[in-house]
Amino acid sequence: MVILMAFLSGLLMTAGIAVSAMIDPNKVLGFLHLGPGWDPSLALVMGGALAVFLPGFLLIRKRKAPVCDTQFHLPKSNRIDKSLVIGALLFGLGWGLVGYCPGPAIAALTSGSVATLVFVLMMIIGWFAARKARL
Amino acid sequence: MENFTPVSALIGGAIIGSGALLLMLMLGRVAGISGIASSAIFQSEGRAWRLAFVAGLLVGPLLVGLILTDFTFATPDLGWEVVVAGLLVGVGTGVGSGCTSGHGICGIGRLSKRSIVATLIFMAAGFLIATLFTQGAATW
Repeated sequence: MVILMAFLSGLLMTAGIAVSAMIDPNKVLGFLHLGPGWDPSLALVMGGALAVFLPGFLLIRKRKAPVCDTQFHLPKSNRIDKSLVIGALLFGLGWGLVGYCPGPAIAALTSGSVATLVFVLMMIIGWFAARKARL
Repeated sequence: MENFTPVSALIGGAIIGSGALLLMLMLGRVAGISGIASSAIFQSEGRAWRLAFVAGLLVGPLLVGLILTDFTFATPDLGWEVVVAGLLVGVGTGVGSGCTSGHGICGIGRLSKRSIVATLIFMAAGFLIATLFTQGAATW
């Protein structure tokens, strides 16, 4: 049950990324590049996602535990620290350079694009480096 | 605004939100794609459900391709930008504990102050770099 639900959740997320065309980095750059022909679509993708998640989360929070576990696993920290700011800044710079964030890049892997594969491999190296730096 | 696709954006967004909601309801977990995928690789505890989630990520677009017959999408050209951007996105989401899904959707959806700040910062940095260094919609 846990495995199936995790699989379905991942599937829905990239299905949504595909339907909204955010799997295409040009579509993302059409939003991030301010100028003539600016495309506000990405804002509506976030709006659509929040319109479902926000009220849904408020309902789920009334439960003592999720369906398949004894407790919720929510991030505990609420501090705005240096790692958060520097990390978000570096992520944004990379995102704006090519138009890929982790979800769309992984979603596009099955296209067989070498550039997408290289992006994901570099991202994994970056994750590894971030884990080492934190130790 | 000739490239604006409000209907597919809202529908796609709602599908993304339902995927994130499903993980919260069933497993009680935040659907942060960077966190789940990196932990699936570098952490043995809880690997099974994380690998299942990543497998789902790979299958999602294939399924959409079967349903929407005109579904196509571009991929980047291979160049130094892809190498640098991949590394920045990896280090940044690793150090900053999240990406567009974890901070942008689940975090804001939980009204987390950390996630709201992170999203404002990566959005601002993304706007800056894309506006200065890319062609944006002109590449269409």
